[in-house]
Amino acid sequence: MKRQPQIGWLADGRRLHLQDGPIDLIVEAHGSETNLRAAYQAAVRRFAGLLDELCDELALLRQAAGPERCPLRGAVARRMHAAVAPFAAEYFITPMAAVAGSVAEEILGAMVQEAPLDRAYVNNGGDIALHLANGEQFTVGLTDRPDRFGLMRTMNIHAGDPSRGVATSGRHGRSFSLGIADAVTVLARTASQADAAATIIANAVDLPGHPAIVRRPAEELQPDSDLGSRLVTRDVGLLKESEIVTALEAGADKARALLASGLIEGASLHLQGETRVIALKRFDAKLPHPACARGIESAIHA
Amino acid sequence: MLTDATAATGDKIRCDACPVMCYIKPGAAGACDRYANHDGQLVRVDPHILLERTVSHGGRLVPFQAGGDWDGKIVHEQDVVVTAIGAGTTYPDYKPAPFIVSSQIDGVDMVTVVTEGIFSYCGVKVKIDTDRYLGPEAATVRVQGEAVGHVTTSEYGSQMLSLGGVHHLTGGSKKEGRVTCDALMDLSNCKPVELVIDGGASVVVQAGYAPIVNGVAEERMRVGCGSATIGMFAKQWHGKVDEVVVVDDHITGVLSEHQAGKLLDIPDTGIKMKGRRSTPGRYFQVAEPGTGWGGTRISDPLSVLGPFDPKVARPGMTMLMVSTTGEHAAYYELDKALKPIEKKMPADLKLSVERIQENCEPALCTVLFMGGAGGSLRAGVTDNPVRLTRSVKDALTRVTSGGAPVYVWPGGGITFMVDVTRLPAGAFGYVPTPALVAPIEFTLRLSDYAALGGHMDHVRPLASLKANTEPRQVTPPQPSPGLRP
Repeated sequence: MKRQPQIGWLADGRRLHLQDGPIDLIVEAHGSETNLRAAYQAAVRRFAGLLDELCDELALLRQAAGPERCPLRGAVARRMHAAVAPFAAEYFITPMAAVAGSVAEEILGAMVQEAPLDRAYVNNGGDIALHLANGEQFTVGLTDRPDRFGLMRTMNIHAGDPSRGVATSGRHGRSFSLGIADAVTVLARTASQADAAATIIANAVDLPGHPAIVRRPAEELQPDSDLGSRLVTRDVGLLKESEIVTALEAGADKARALLASGLIEGASLHLQGETRVIALKRFDAKLPHPACARGIESAIHA
Repeated sequence: MLTDATAATGDKIRCDACPVMCYIKPGAAGACDRYANHDGQLVRVDPHILLERTVSHGGRLVPFQAGGDWDGKIVHEQDVVVTAIGAGTTYPDYKPAPFIVSSQIDGVDMVTVVTEGIFSYCGVKVKIDTDRYLGPEAATVRVQGEAVGHVTTSEYGSQMLSLGGVHHLTGGSKKEGRVTCDALMDLSNCKPVELVIDGGASVVVQAGYAPIVNGVAEERMRVGCGSATIGMFAKQWHGKVDEVVVVDDHITGVLSEHQAGKLLDIPDTGIKMKGRRSTPGRYFQVAEPGTGWGGTRISDPLSVLGPFDPKVARPGMTMLMVSTTGEHAAYYELDKALKPIEKKMPADLKLSVERIQENCEPALCTVLFMGGAGGSLRAGVTDNPVRLTRSVKDALTRVTSGGAPVYVWPGGGITFMVDVTRLPAGAFGYVPTPALVAPIEFTLRLSDYAALGGHMDHVRPLASLKANTEPRQVTPPQPSPGLRP
C-alpha cells in the first residue's frame, strides 16, 4: 500500500488538515493552548486507522440498512447505521449515506472527550460536526452549487441551539443523488443524522419522469456504487418556474415531516436559483460579499 | 478533461491508493475525487494546481514569464509554475493576495502574485469556423432562452460572437445573470454550450472542437470561396486542364473567365454557368445551400452548368470540377456533342485536389476569455495599485492566466484575453454576484515588486507552497490540434 495519510496544518497555521483516501477533514478548535494541543493530538490518534476500520466492513456498509438489526461492529459503522435506520423501512438507504457526518462526529468526539474546548468543528467535505460551549457560536456559509466556489448565505449556530451537525447533499456533490436538488443543507442534532437526512430530502426534490432530467444507473458511473443499478441524476435541463416549485415543495414536505419527527432541526433547499427554508430561524438573510465568503470558517465546500 | 463522454470506452481500473480500492471507469474519478482514470492511467487530480513540468513531457513549454534581462529559457527538469487556480481571493478587502510566491529561477529572484480574480466585467469572444449562416449581425444569442450576448462581425470564414459582459451578468434579470454566468464558465472550462441565435441557427460551441450547427458537425473550414480557390490554384492548373469550376454556395469560380485565368492567358471554353454573375468568373447562387458540393444542395455538379457554347467549345476539352474543401471532385471531357463525360482524373489534377484538402483546416470553435483586472484586484498585489498597471504597461510585469500567455489590450486598465484551451481543466469558477473567477498571475522581479509597493512581508518561498499543496503533474498546455498559433 502506497498510502500515507496526510496530517498537516493549512497555510493559515490554525486549521488541521487530515486526509486519508476519500476522507478529507478540516479541524479547528478554540480553547486554552494546553487543551488545544491535547485535542488535536487526540484527533490525529483517532484518525489513524479509521479508514481501515471502515473498509473492513465496506461490503456490509454498502448494503441496504435494515430498520432494526445492525450487523456492524465498528463504532463509526454503527453510528452510520443508526443515522440511516429511521429511513430504512421506507427507503432504500445504505449506511454509506451517513459516512461523512459519522466520521466528522467521531473525530470531534475524540477531541472533546480529551480536553474541554470553547468550540470546535470537524468539517468532512461539507458535512460538519460542531462543538459549542456555553455562549459560543459558529457562522456557517451555505452554497447552492457545491461543485463551484461561492456562497449564497450564512447562518449562525449558537450554543443554545440543539444543532451540532450540518450536512449538504445534492446532485453536484461527490456522492450521487436520486433527486434533482442543487443543494439541500440540513441542521440536525448530530452530523451523522444531518448527513442521512440531507440525502433523503435531496432525493425527494424530484420531478419523476421529467424529460429534461438525465438519469443513469449508478453502477454504470461508479462500478462499486452502493446504489447499484438505481438511476442517479446526471443533468437537469432548464425547468419552468412552476416545475421548480413542484420539485422543491416535494422536498420541503419531506423536510417538514422530518422536522416534526425530530430527526432534523432545519433545512434549506435549493434548485435552479430558487430556495425553500424549513424552520431555520437562524438563517441570516444578509449575504456577505460573496467574494470574501471563502474566508468564512467552515464554509461548506463539497 | 474528465467527462461522462469519455466514460463510454475502455476498461475500468482498480485504484490501490487507499483501502477503499475503488473501481474507476475511464474518465471518472474515485470516491476521493483525488484519483481518476485518465485513458486507463491512474492520475491525481487535485484542486490546487502546480504545473510541474519535465523535459520528458516534451512539447512547447509555457515559459515562466519574466521581464528584464532574463531570456525566458527555463527548460530545466522539475520546473514548477505556480498558477492561481484554486488560490482563492480576498477581493475586495484589500488583503494581500492569497499566495505571493518567490522562487529562484536562473538566479533571478522571482515573485508571482497568485490570486483568483473576480471578473464581473468579463465575457468571452467566440470564433466559429463555419460558412453556414448562423444569424444576422447584432442578433441576440440565447442560452436556455436567456439573452447572453450577440452576433458580431464575420471574418474570413468565421463567425464571431460576443457573449457575457456586465450588462448580461448584472444588468438583466436574476435568471439572465445566472444563465450568462453558467454559460461563460462552461465555455471557459471548455465544456459544450448550446447557443440559439434569434432569426438564425442553433449552434453547439465547445472550445477546441468543431461547431455543431443545427445538429450537423462542421468538419472543415473551406480553403476560401470558389473565387479565392481559383486565385490560389490557377497556376497549378495552368496547362494541365482547360477549365476548372470551383463549386461554392457563396461564390462559384470559373478559371477561364476569372481574372487569375485571364492573367495566365487561359482561353475561353464556352462554358455557361447557372446562377447570377457577379464579376467575370465569379457566380452567386448557383444552387441552394445544403450539405452537398461546396455547401450547396447539389450532388451532380453538372447541374450548375448550361450547355457549352458550340462556337467556342470543342470536343476533347477537359474540365475539373471541385468543391471549396476538395471533399468533392470530378474530371470530365467533352464528347462530340460537347457534352461533359466523366473520366478518370489524371494524377496531377488529383494532386491539386489533395492540395485543396490539405489547405482546409479543421473547423473549430475557439473561445477567448476576456476580463479587466484593473480594479481592486491590484490592491492584493501592491499598496499602490496604479503602479501595477504601469508596470504591466512597461513590460516589467508579465501577466499570465493559469500559466497561459495572455494578450493585454492596450489602453486603460489591465484588460486581457486568453485562449481558454491553454488553461488546465476546470480553471474557472464563479461567485453568485454573478461573476466569474479566473486565475491571473503577475510575475516580476523581486526588486521591481518591492519598488512598486509590493506586500514584501507576505512573500513566501516556493518551497513553502510545495509543502502545503500537492503538485499536480500536467502536460504543458498546448494549443489544440488544428489551432493556428
